Amino acid sequence: MSNKPYRLAQGGSHIDRTQRVHFTFDGKPLTGFAGDTLASAVMASGSRLFGRSFKYHRPRGIVGLGSEEMNALVGVGDGARHEPNLRATQVELFDGLHAVSQNRWPSLTFDVGAINSRFSRFLPGGFYYKTFMWPQSFWKHVYEPLIRRSAGLGKAPEGRDPDSYEQIHVHCDVLVVGGGLAGLTAAKAAAASGAKVLLADENPELGGMGDLTAGSINGACVIDHAKVIAAELLDADNAHVLRRSTVVGHWHHNYLMIFERVGDHDPALLASGAPRHRLWKVRAKQVIMATGAIERPIAFANNDRPGIMLASAASALVERYGVAPGVNGIVFTNNDNAYLTALSLKKAGITVRVVDSRARADGTLIERTKSEGIEVSMGSVISAVEGSMGVTGVRVAAYRRGQGRVITERKIACDFIAMSGGFNPALHLWCHNGGKIKFDDGLQSFRPDQHHDAVMAVGAANGTMDVAATVGEAQMAGEAAAKAVFPKARFPKFKSPEIKEPSRAPLEPLWFAPATGKYNEGNKHFIDFQNDVTVADLELAQREGYESVEHTKRYTTFGMATDQGKTSNINGLGVVSEATGKSIPEIGVTTFRPPYSPFSFGSIAGVLTKDLFLPVRCTPAYQWHVDRGATFEPVGQWRRAYTYTGNGEDRQASINREILAVRHKVGLLDASTLGKIEIKGPDAAEFLDRIYTNTFSTLKVGKCRYGLMMNELGFLTDDGVTVRLAEDHFLMHTTSGGADRIAAWLEEWLQTEWTQYKVFVTPVTEQWAQFAIAGPRARNVLAKLAPDFDISHEAFPHMSFREGKLGAYPVRVFRISFSGEQSYEVATPANLGRGLWDAIMDVGQELGIEPYGTEALHVLRAEKGFIVVGDETDGTTTPIDVGLDGLVSKKKPDFIGKRSLEQSYLKGPYRKQLVGLLTEEASEVLPDGAYAVRVVKDKPPMEMIGQVTSSYYSPTLERSIAMALIENGRARMGETLSFPVEGNKVIRAKIVDPVFYDKEGVRQNV
Amino acid sequence: MLLVHCPVCGAEGDETDFHGGGQAHVRRPATHDPANVGDAAQGEYLFMRHNARGLHFERWRCDRSCGKWFHAARDTVTMEFKAFYGITELPPRALMEAATGEWAAYFKDKLAAGKSS
Repeated sequence: MSNKPYRLAQGGSHIDRTQRVHFTFDGKPLTGFAGDTLASAVMASGSRLFGRSFKYHRPRGIVGLGSEEMNALVGVGDGARHEPNLRATQVELFDGLHAVSQNRWPSLTFDVGAINSRFSRFLPGGFYYKTFMWPQSFWKHVYEPLIRRSAGLGKAPEGRDPDSYEQIHVHCDVLVVGGGLAGLTAAKAAAASGAKVLLADENPELGGMGDLTAGSINGACVIDHAKVIAAELLDADNAHVLRRSTVVGHWHHNYLMIFERVGDHDPALLASGAPRHRLWKVRAKQVIMATGAIERPIAFANNDRPGIMLASAASALVERYGVAPGVNGIVFTNNDNAYLTALSLKKAGITVRVVDSRARADGTLIERTKSEGIEVSMGSVISAVEGSMGVTGVRVAAYRRGQGRVITERKIACDFIAMSGGFNPALHLWCHNGGKIKFDDGLQSFRPDQHHDAVMAVGAANGTMDVAATVGEAQMAGEAAAKAVFPKARFPKFKSPEIKEPSRAPLEPLWFAPATGKYNEGNKHFIDFQNDVTVADLELAQREGYESVEHTKRYTTFGMATDQGKTSNINGLGVVSEATGKSIPEIGVTTFRPPYSPFSFGSIAGVLTKDLFLPVRCTPAYQWHVDRGATFEPVGQWRRAYTYTGNGEDRQASINREILAVRHKVGLLDASTLGKIEIKGPDAAEFLDRIYTNTFSTLKVGKCRYGLMMNELGFLTDDGVTVRLAEDHFLMHTTSGGADRIAAWLEEWLQTEWTQYKVFVTPVTEQWAQFAIAGPRARNVLAKLAPDFDISHEAFPHMSFREGKLGAYPVRVFRISFSGEQSYEVATPANLGRGLWDAIMDVGQELGIEPYGTEALHVLRAEKGFIVVGDETDGTTTPIDVGLDGLVSKKKPDFIGKRSLEQSYLKGPYRKQLVGLLTEEASEVLPDGAYAVRVVKDKPPMEMIGQVTSSYYSPTLERSIAMALIENGRARMGETLSFPVEGNKVIRAKIVDPVFYDKEGVRQNV
Repeated sequence: MLLVHCPVCGAEGDETDFHGGGQAHVRRPATHDPANVGDAAQGEYLFMRHNARGLHFERWRCDRSCGKWFHAARDTVTMEFKAFYGITELPPRALMEAATGEWAAYFKDKLAAGKSS
């Protein structure tokens, strides 16, 4: 690190030298000026080092000037406000900012991982695939933790994010992406018609690269002209301008997302309650891409040393922040634009030389550079860089286009390098939404071609690099966009401004600069800096047969870092082109994918966090369960009482108590979550015959029937009891989780297949509170509730239905049982639910009534061998598999799934069938999901013949019980199976009938 | 993010406000002649779908508004919706004529019979 004064005495359009700002970088206190970025302020302090590279841990400095920066990723903020992986070139300085470098241990200047660099010959392209393949067990315990620790990016913050985030949905006529000269001109043109214009730019200041562009518009600097337009737009009622706002993605039908950094740069704003980030979801009728162009690095030996940066970044340091990139620099270029950088540096009093790979070039800027007395070496390249923590000098070699080796070279001392390999139009957003691109020989890069959506590209984004053409095409695009929205729009006559700009010589492609010595020994020509991918890696991938550029990308990880290949993409294609002899258009580009640059999870979540993350559905008696100390389980969006442990029991004890209460006395279950769908209309019965496997048209009014539903593939999808309320009116019960799905499913069949049926489907789940009174004393409880109908077993038998009153409560009562006990499900309008629950508990008191939860419910039904769709079935289970063939009609000509059930592949003897299991050790409960194997071996793999679907301790039977789907299970009754479980243990269990208790079904029928 | 228009209630919204229901005009053989559906026909009905490059016909449901199913004609390359039409209807005649590949074969008889929406 040097103590040289790198803050220039003058200059710096972005900074305010009257406002000092104090901040820390890696704990070191530093100062900068208001308007600085973290990058410029740290550079001004004399430091070059911002981080270590991903794979080789090479020291790295600033390369870019904005979101294309690939090296200087930093973490900003403390504790829960810490945000990792921000680009130092985009972090605006404020008083009290704390930033830390990343991927270095123990410190930035001394890094243990840098040893990787020494061993880099063992980390070639595809090294992940080559090195870590075996032994397999090493992956989990050795390789992965090592890679994670040494090759990580930033660390995630800990604790809950204290800031707020929001989202906004907007529609606009014209969205302009980018607020440089092109974007501003287009936006102004469109807004002149009255169109609603939205302009988004990712920088804090509008004007884009105008301040780094040569030429004048009507006698003013480009940037001054741009600022005038910006001021007009900010004033216009029909235009909205967003700064610090990156358009991160462009999707079908012109849907775009804009990531606005509202409060990152200003803690006072955050403290006043502003959101930190805002995500704009925009539907635009017309989109104008004015996203500019990104400068290319040049692949020369060790081009990643701190102090080597893009020419545009060097210019920006000087012009915007008054910071010298060094005292003695070299501009290395293959085009005219970098000569502007040389002139800028010279003007700031910095010694500079130009190294130009072209044999000859004769643009205005070159002449001006020479006349300023700057040494220009044509036909030359940098063949070596000296220094490792920074640049101390270079070797410059004579070069002719395509030359691969160094013949003559000389040494030049310098402390920084500004490089320019040309410019790539920023096509990312153009391509996200399927825009076509074409190769441009002049640019040696791709530029926009056709787009099927209403999108236009203007300025540098369109490959238009000169000012006059940019202004012209931006004006035309703005007017065309407005005209497309308002065909009758009128525009003020556009007076073309008088534009002067230097003539430019063509650039010459330079994909690889030959190195001193052999370039792959000690020299690294970086293409993708962030993922440490070199020219040698890309060439190796070609030699190893990864010919498709998409394969090369994945094998070498080139273009796959967080910068999404902004600076590396075309350079990589250039290398592949030279290695394969194919032209770049023949090779093609890899796919551009959103996001353009990373954006925060906070903005994606918006306000939908905490209680708003997922709405919770509560039954009318919910508060009672809470007061009673229930533990809850999620069932869909519902929270159901799992068991009532309020009185200090453990969960197993309370579950057992609840089960025994139902078996011996009486229990009360809140079954309100059960799906309820009313089906009404003259064709309701016929419709249900199509939906269920069994027949409902024969069901008598006032009776209930258990039904099974299959999907068209013949697999079970839901079950439940349906009641015939009237000739043309049914009430269907579904599983709690299936209510919405089944209602939609019924609608789909009615609307799309059996459109002739006159049937209404109405989901009524929330309209009713429903409670199951179950147990030998259930009828006694019901009697105490003063029913106005006969509840005797003869008058109201099992599987029937009554509508009436229980005291003051209007009720529907279903005599149905999921526990195998005498049981009544009582439904009352939801608003009366809590009152009825309390009334039942009151009258049940002296009969010993106890509330029971979902776990007791599940054990009770498992004791009876009743299936739960989703436990005993897994989406590939048929009614026959679970032994319910009796419920599959043989008479009905057609119902959903019937024909599929007859397909040969659902009939084979290898099907898994539902059986019961009794473990040899009665107290041992099989783990849910445990696999039965044909033969037990020392270690996996073992052939699996089935799995446990439900497993419980049954207090009724005082032993464990389980159900399982076992290959050809019904033919194996009495056989003992082995279930290897964790800890090298094998549990053995005998196959039995799945009905464990009251096989004859007597108890529910009394 | 497709912009979808419901032809039933007129709602226009993001595709997340709708539910994509796969290929349109799939004939369910068991509805028409349940006793005579061969294994192959049933397999075709269950699993085989057109994978058109270009003009394609599909089903959508208006999830957040009227809840009705409808049909859409969409270009799978440009993503442009060419038409929205009723769930019991055939596409507009011009689109049936523009269909290619498997779709052209499917619409051939309908066109000959003079059917369209």
